[in-house]
Amino acid sequence: MIDRKLKDNINYHTAKSVKECGNTKKVAMLLFLFTSPCLLKYTVTGKLKGERTLKTVVELQNIGMKYQSLNGEIPAVENINLKIYEGEFVSIVGPSGCGKTTILSLISGLLAPTTGKVLIDGEEVTGPSKKVGYMLQKDHLFDWRTIRQNVLLGLEIQKAVTSSAKAYADHLLKTYGLIDFANKYPNQLSGGMRQRAALIRTLVTNPQILLLDEAFSALDYQTRLAVNDDIYSIIKKEHKTAIMVTHDIAESISMSDRVIVLTSRPGTIKSVHEINFELEDRTPLKTRKVPKFQQIFECIWKELDVHV
Amino acid sequence: MFKFRGSFKDELSLQTVSKEHQEFLRNVQRQKFLVRFTQILILVLALGLWELFATLKIVDPFITSSPSRVLKTISNLYLEGVLLRHIYVTCLETIIGFMLGTVLGTLIAIILWWSEFISKVAEPYLVILNSLPKIALGPIFIVWIGAGSVAIIVMTLAVSLIVTILEVLNGFLAIDKDKIKLVQTFGGTKFQVMSKVILPASLPTIISALKINVGMSWVGVIVGEFLVSKAGLGYLIVYGGQVFKLDLVMSSVLILSIAAALMYKGVVFLEKRLITTYRD
Repeated sequence: MIDRKLKDNINYHTAKSVKECGNTKKVAMLLFLFTSPCLLKYTVTGKLKGERTLKTVVELQNIGMKYQSLNGEIPAVENINLKIYEGEFVSIVGPSGCGKTTILSLISGLLAPTTGKVLIDGEEVTGPSKKVGYMLQKDHLFDWRTIRQNVLLGLEIQKAVTSSAKAYADHLLKTYGLIDFANKYPNQLSGGMRQRAALIRTLVTNPQILLLDEAFSALDYQTRLAVNDDIYSIIKKEHKTAIMVTHDIAESISMSDRVIVLTSRPGTIKSVHEINFELEDRTPLKTRKVPKFQQIFECIWKELDVHV
Repeated sequence: MFKFRGSFKDELSLQTVSKEHQEFLRNVQRQKFLVRFTQILILVLALGLWELFATLKIVDPFITSSPSRVLKTISNLYLEGVLLRHIYVTCLETIIGFMLGTVLGTLIAIILWWSEFISKVAEPYLVILNSLPKIALGPIFIVWIGAGSVAIIVMTLAVSLIVTILEVLNGFLAIDKDKIKLVQTFGGTKFQVMSKVILPASLPTIISALKINVGMSWVGVIVGEFLVSKAGLGYLIVYGGQVFKLDLVMSSVLILSIAAALMYKGVVFLEKRLITTYRD
C-alpha cells in the first residue's frame, strides 16, 4: 500500500518537474538546476539555529560494515562520518537496502562495525547501552502482558523496577493518555495508541537517544500523520535526541532538523539537508504545509533517483 | 470452533436487539441445537441397534458383545474391586508419561534453541527417531528396564517426546525476530530473551503440543501395557482378546475412550485458563 502511495507521489512529482524544467530544452534544464534547492548546499557545522554550540551526542567515525555470507561479502555501509547533536531530530533516508537499519543497529550496539568507531558521549559503543532506546517498525507489545507490564519490560530486563521507576511509568502513561488502558491488553488498543505505548516503553528506561526504525510504517496513512505529530511532540517534550530511519521522504522532512540522504548500497552519505522553516511551535503537520517543503521534497526525491 | 461461537455471542449481546437480529440469534440457536441433537441421536441409535441386533442374534453377542453386557461387565469388575485399580494404573501411567513428555520435550527444545551447534548436530538423529515407529523399541525397553510401569512410561515417552521437541522448537523458531531484537535493545541476555519472549510467546504452541501429547501418551501406555503389564486397561484389552472375552475388551475400550476424552478436556480447560485472558 505504501508502495502505491510512493508511486503516486512519483508520478505527481516527475510530472511537475518535467513541466517546470522543460525536459527537452537544455537551457531550461540548466536554469532549473540553478534555481533548484539542491544547489543550496547545506554546510554542516556544529551550529544549528540560534548559533548555539551544541554538544555532540552520537558520533560515527569512518564507519564501514560488511555482512558475511556464504555467497560472499555484502558491504552495507561505507565511510560514514556523522555527528548528531543534543536534542536534534535527524532522519536517514535512502534507497532500499542501503544500510539505513544497519546504521541504527551500529549506534544501538547490536552490531559491531567492521571498520571505524561509534561514539556516544565520547565513549566507544561496545554493546547495547542504557543511553539508547530503540523503536522498531511494529510496536511489538507483548500480547500476554498488560500495557503497564509491557511498558515496564525494559526496566525488568535492566533489573531496574523500583517504585520510583514505576511511578515514572505511570506518569508517562497519564501524560500521554494511556493510564485508563494500563491494565488492558494490547489487542484492546488502536494502532496509534499501541505505538504510543511502545514509545513509552522506550522512554521509561530514560534513554538519551531514541532510534526510530521505520517506526510508523506499519500504520495506515491517516493514523501515521497523527502519530507523527504525537510522537514528535512527546520526543520534543522529553528533550530526547532522535535518529529516524524511514522510506518516507515527506515524513523525514516533516519531523527532522536534518535529513541525511544515503546512496544505494554500499550506503555512503550523499547529502545532508538542514530543515529550518522557522516555525512557531513546529509540528510535523505544520511543516508539511510550508511551501519550501515541496522544494526540499523534490530535491531529495531527485537525489534518491528511484527507478521503478 | 466452539470458542469462536462463544465470543461471537458475547459481542452480539452487547448490541441493541433488532427484529432481524433476533431472527439471526434464533437461527444460530436452532443450528446449535440441531447439531447437538444429531450427535446424541447417532449415539443412541448406534447403541440401540447394537443392543437390538445382539438380542435378536442377528450378530453374535459372543463376538460383538452388547451395551447391556458391557454395563454388566463393568459393574462386575467394580464389584470384584478391580475396576478402579485398572483405571488408576493406566491413568497414572498416562499422566506421568504425558507430563514427562511435555516437560522433557520443552527442556530439550530449549537446549536446541539455545545452541545452534547442538541443534545442527542433533538434526539427523531427530529426523530418524521421528520417523521410526517407536513401538519397535518396546521389546528393548522391556529387556533393559524390566516388565512394569517404568517400562510403560518409557514407552510413552518414546512415543511423545520427539514430536513434542519438534513441535515446540518450531514454535520457538517461528517467533518474530524483532521481538527478540526488542529485548536485546534493552540489553537483555539470552536467558532473558528465553524467559521474557520465547517461553511466554510459545505458550499457545506448547499447549497445542500438549493436545497432541494426550493422544500420543495413550498410544504409548496402551502399547506398553499390551507388551508387559499385569494391570491396566491395556492389559484388560489384551487379556480379554486372548481369552475371547469380547465383553471385557469392549468395556475397557469404552472406559478408555471416556478417560482419554476427559484428559483432553482437561488440557482444553488449561488452555482457556492460560491463554484466553489476553486472546478474547
